[in-house]
Amino acid sequence: MIRIADVTRLLSEKKLSCRELTEKYLAEAKKTNDAINAYITLTDEEALRAATKVDAKIARGEKLSPIEGVPFVLKDNISTRGIRTTCASRMLEHYEPVYDAEVWRALRDKGAVMLGKGNMDEFAMGSTCEHSYFGGAKNPHDLNRVAGGSSGGSAAAVAGGIAVYGIGSDTGGSIREPAAFCGIVGLKPTYGAVSRRGLIAFASSLDQIGPLASCTEDAALVFDAICGKDPMDMTSRGAEPVSDRLTPDVRGLKLGIAPEFFENLSDGVREAVERAIETYRALGAEIVDVSFPTLPYSLPAYYILACAEASSNLGRYDGIRYGHCAESFADLDDMICKTRTEGFGAEVRRRILLGTYVLSAGYFDAYYKSAQRLRRDVTADFEDVFTKCDALVTPTAPMTALRAKQHASPVEAYHTDICTVPVNIAGVPAVSLPCGADGDGMPVGLQLIGRRFDERTILSLSLAFERATEGRYLVSAGMGVTEL
Amino acid sequence: MVIGLETHVELSTKTKIFCPCSTQFGGEPNTHVCPVCTGQPGSLPVLNGKVVEYAVKAGVALGCRINLVSKMDRKHYVYPDLPKAYQISQYDEPLCEKGRVTLSNGREIGITRIHIEEDAGKLVHEGEDVFIDYNRGGVPLIEIVTEPDFRSPEEAVEYLEKLQSVMRTAGVSDCRMQEGSLRCDVNVSLRLPGEDFGTRAEIKNLNSFTSVLSALRYEYERQSALLDKGERVVQETRHWNADLGETMNMRGKENADDYRYFPEPDITPIVLSEEDVARWSRELPEMPDVRKKRYIEELGLPEDDASLLVKYLPVAEYFEKASEGVSPKTVDAFLITQMFSVITTEKERENWAPKTSAEQLNELTRLLESGKISRNVAKKTLARMLETGQSALSFLSPEDLEGFDSAKLPEICRAVIEANEKSAADFRGGKEKALKALVGAVMRETKGRADAIEAEKTLRELL
Repeated sequence: MIRIADVTRLLSEKKLSCRELTEKYLAEAKKTNDAINAYITLTDEEALRAATKVDAKIARGEKLSPIEGVPFVLKDNISTRGIRTTCASRMLEHYEPVYDAEVWRALRDKGAVMLGKGNMDEFAMGSTCEHSYFGGAKNPHDLNRVAGGSSGGSAAAVAGGIAVYGIGSDTGGSIREPAAFCGIVGLKPTYGAVSRRGLIAFASSLDQIGPLASCTEDAALVFDAICGKDPMDMTSRGAEPVSDRLTPDVRGLKLGIAPEFFENLSDGVREAVERAIETYRALGAEIVDVSFPTLPYSLPAYYILACAEASSNLGRYDGIRYGHCAESFADLDDMICKTRTEGFGAEVRRRILLGTYVLSAGYFDAYYKSAQRLRRDVTADFEDVFTKCDALVTPTAPMTALRAKQHASPVEAYHTDICTVPVNIAGVPAVSLPCGADGDGMPVGLQLIGRRFDERTILSLSLAFERATEGRYLVSAGMGVTEL
Repeated sequence: MVIGLETHVELSTKTKIFCPCSTQFGGEPNTHVCPVCTGQPGSLPVLNGKVVEYAVKAGVALGCRINLVSKMDRKHYVYPDLPKAYQISQYDEPLCEKGRVTLSNGREIGITRIHIEEDAGKLVHEGEDVFIDYNRGGVPLIEIVTEPDFRSPEEAVEYLEKLQSVMRTAGVSDCRMQEGSLRCDVNVSLRLPGEDFGTRAEIKNLNSFTSVLSALRYEYERQSALLDKGERVVQETRHWNADLGETMNMRGKENADDYRYFPEPDITPIVLSEEDVARWSRELPEMPDVRKKRYIEELGLPEDDASLLVKYLPVAEYFEKASEGVSPKTVDAFLITQMFSVITTEKERENWAPKTSAEQLNELTRLLESGKISRNVAKKTLARMLETGQSALSFLSPEDLEGFDSAKLPEICRAVIEANEKSAADFRGGKEKALKALVGAVMRETKGRADAIEAEKTLRELL
């Protein structure tokens, strides 16, 4: 797969202009997108504008910053002024934001080339990308399988060779799970490391923007480009850049294994993850047994908190100021009701109803309050674990990419998130990296969870694994741009 | 009658509570707006520190306990003037709690809590069409909730007037009811003495003292009529129709509200230090009640005068400046009798800006006290000063300024008695009125520079 460093080198050595590079990616994206549906919108004009600027800089003989001129995909729930931002919803099908998300501003100012807006589950609610109003993104490794969700489009575009890296958002696993399903690296940064301003909110206390990339170093470079304290986001803290502090030397690091994360795994996943643990042991890391007793409660706690916040965050879509509006209605209530019924898909409506219910008078204590208590307990479990180890090693998902429409019920679908949601509940960082393949040849994701603001350790561990296995699990799906 | 009040006061910060938009009243519709206060997807609120400061000052001024840690919550309801479908407010951890206000009858009204929140936009009806103006959306408010401590409509209105005066003195709100910067919801119920509280009705959005008074009086009549008939008062929200002079049930609000409060995840908890609170408390000017007490006890002013002077901070400050080095009582007399009779409206008093500056009034008072001019001359001079804005000296002739040697008074009085034998005889014969004519003659003789009271005394002695 093509890496950021490859692109930077080619551009700097003038082997290829940024415009040529961008046109090549746009052309491939147009072809390949029919098959994998990774993009909701291609932004040719914006991409070529950025590329021309980068070329001018190269012509002036100036040095390029790490991600400058590198084509990428931005998840379609991150606001881009004047460029439609749909959240993969009929509600926002024609919505053009009047302001830029802080992450998009930071990337654009650094010379990033946005090829388009990535497909996703509607309002980031889902783990297969099938809940997109525009149809789901397909898995480049097997077009009959899902790309994962919710950042499925961004993951598919990177794995499918039609973006060098992607930006996703992760509320309960939405970066890590599609990264695992598509065989790429996905980082969910510590809550507060990256500004959420302009990220169309799903669950504000859990949402975090992060990179999807074809290797650990790329994920680190992109993380460095987007992290930082934003005075306009009170929950942002910023973070130290990590890319020049990574080390593949993991000797002496303690890796925790909690048995709770190893229940109900598919055989392929279990074998690949266990092999990865042995690789770490061979590299000189110390493997320690820990426990994570609240794991079984994480999922219900997560779905209560996330749905409660979603029901609140999505209340604003009433058809009055922006977005879809019903055409005929009897009165104001009818207008809002029809607008929301028509504008939201089934999964979004389900979560709004669930969230409204758990916040209602009489149910608040039983549901929301209990979930808040569980949130403290889950956080305490992590604190306890991190007194015994430097990182927790788990599978990213209990299975590899599912076949399309494989889930029988919503609850079954929610179980896909069992290993990823505790991370969001506690606000800690986690990376998913490819660590093998199952019997069907589908990629398996390994999840490394770290202490708050310690992206460095988990990315170092990820880099160490990549080096030790000579990158053999970073496999191209053989489509899109495969060489430059 | 049992009454409790919930008052919304708009804080006079320059910018809104969660964004840098202007809070100026009366701009063109939707010109003071941005992604945050119109609830654009992905926008995030940033709490304005000035709002916290002003709310704490309001709390301190009302004798509240300040919670060093508090948080914001989301209060959900659907209405087009509320662009996020939730209002960011404070639910179970308000900024201030447990304050009090003392009424003139000595009764204490408990302040339950004060919390900060954002205002909503405004619907504008034009014929068949409804427009929404979000300029007011996100303007900072404090909601001040009292205990059900009032026992009459008059007490409620006195409290509101006091509240207005305290907020203005603290410099946190201009409390202009006509601009909606002070709005009031009242809860009212009736009971027989010694009984438990009766069922209450809430009357929302009263925006003048008169409507508070009238609505409460109307509710008293309405509820007592029901109870006298043996019927029950229904717990409901009512609306005051000023045109009809009655309260009526607000339709469509039958279901109990469920605001689905939960902690606002976009705003970190508000954490204050003791030092913050102490600093803000020090910055507060003297509150009207304290000032009034000082005026009465230390300066010896009559209670009514003191009340008038402390009602508006600029008036009190003017008074104190004009009193520097002279008798406050004299300045008070000028202010209350002469200035207040020219400066009559509440608005003029609130924005106290008489043509005569405090320094000019002080100079005039000095001239009077040094005996250079008489009370009479001073009064006339002040009247002309207030009309023109010029200083006292520009109206006083050298003669005026010669002053009046009171040692000469008996001599002049003797001369006047001689020259007005008839009046003197009339007075001696018991005609009290005749003395007035003699006093007038003395004043004429001295060109008004003699003190009329002294003159009368001297004449009386001589006669």
